[in-house]
Amino acid sequence: MRLEAKNISFRYSRTSPWVLERVDFAVRSGERVGLVAPSGYGKSTLAMLLSGYLRPTSGAVLLDGKPLPTKGVCPVQLIGQHPERAINPRWRLRQVLEESGQLRGDVLASFGIEKEWLNRFPRELSGGELQRFCVARALMSGASFLICDEISTMLDVITQAQIWNKILEEAAGREMGLVAVTHNMALARRVCTRIYDLSNGEDQAVEG
Amino acid sequence: MRQRWNRRQRLLAYTMLMLLAILAAFAAGVLIPESAVAPDFASAKLPPSLSHPFGTDWLGRDLFLRTLKGLSVSLTVGVAASLISAVAAVLTGVAAATGSKAVDGVITWLIDLVMGVPHMVLIILISFACGRGLKGLLAGIAVTHWTGLARLIRAEVMQLRGQPYIMASRRLGKSSGWVLTHHLLPHLAPQFFVGLVLMFPHAILHEASVSFLGYGLPPEQPAIGIILSESMKYLSAGMWWLAVFPGALLVAVVLLIDRLGENLRVIIDPYSAQE
Repeated sequence: MRLEAKNISFRYSRTSPWVLERVDFAVRSGERVGLVAPSGYGKSTLAMLLSGYLRPTSGAVLLDGKPLPTKGVCPVQLIGQHPERAINPRWRLRQVLEESGQLRGDVLASFGIEKEWLNRFPRELSGGELQRFCVARALMSGASFLICDEISTMLDVITQAQIWNKILEEAAGREMGLVAVTHNMALARRVCTRIYDLSNGEDQAVEG
Repeated sequence: MRQRWNRRQRLLAYTMLMLLAILAAFAAGVLIPESAVAPDFASAKLPPSLSHPFGTDWLGRDLFLRTLKGLSVSLTVGVAASLISAVAAVLTGVAAATGSKAVDGVITWLIDLVMGVPHMVLIILISFACGRGLKGLLAGIAVTHWTGLARLIRAEVMQLRGQPYIMASRRLGKSSGWVLTHHLLPHLAPQFFVGLVLMFPHAILHEASVSFLGYGLPPEQPAIGIILSESMKYLSAGMWWLAVFPGALLVAVVLLIDRLGENLRVIIDPYSAQE
């Protein structure tokens, strides 16, 4: 499978400046791409366009040459940088996970999600613990592509390592495509097979 | 001295007491038999006394029992009209926020229109057009009271729609209907209940005023508005109790419900619920 942003431009309103202009970007199944650029270059906007949260002003986002499906579970799932906003504050966490389908015990275990947390409300868990739920929810939906927008920025290094190891394991296990938006070049080199710099449009292969 | 109950518990207790008082007034009005308020010319025009706490009117009817009966009529009209209004507010508010631009435009225009005409004028017109009586009054009050809550709900839904968890839900394959019933409506429940309770006093006062002016309930119904309206003729004859007691009781009940709504808001509102 191939997820592709074809010559897309985007701005938030007719009078506001262009956030992205004529950007081409593609990721294949099994590939892991790091998306880097300084702040304000439209990394998060591109992430939202790729996952269908926003529609491009011009150009198209294509999955195997076709537009993203508007009905059913979207094969491209976005994980954001604010887990507390990506979870309904009135729901218990069990409901949050069940929204994406069957609970998978192995996913829960590998993210260190304790059974007891499932009966809690979001405000009773920390940001890092909530982020695990967001990642688990995206993985359990059976997505083919995962867009990770600064998902580990607010986490301690041990939790970061745990979450990324699990994501990489899952990605390898089912040939998922991965886009990791980050400021952290060290993380990008460690996790990705290719790094795309949005500020100059250059690709850079990662060795090893 | 340490207080036995904290603020929230005391508030809950007060709220329950208020609810009980309102329910008691309503039940008393319903349970009092017609014969208790039948004319008795032997005891007409009596000032307040122990056997007639609110006095009697020119037909010798006990004003206390009559006022209670009137209150229960007012409460019934108020509750029914507010319920209709609140449900209409949720339907229109959600439709405006989630529907197309055209739907939003029409509903916003309608809200502005209803808000632009003075309530009393609109209620009198509608009540008159529906042939007065209970039905016309209900329709009039229901049609005029939904606008404020509808605006509130429209704004709330618009803000909720942009929340990442709603968008995530859509990307997880959930339909608009599913998102509405599982994410949006539960969020609107507090606004709905508080808006509903705060609507009661308005509706009751409007019912009383319109009946007072003679465009609402028919004269044989012992509504507060009717009692007050009839008392006007006898005020100059020195029968002050005919207006003072029913009026004071109406104000008391309205204030009670208003406080009840405020307390409910404080109890439900997450910013004060932690106290």
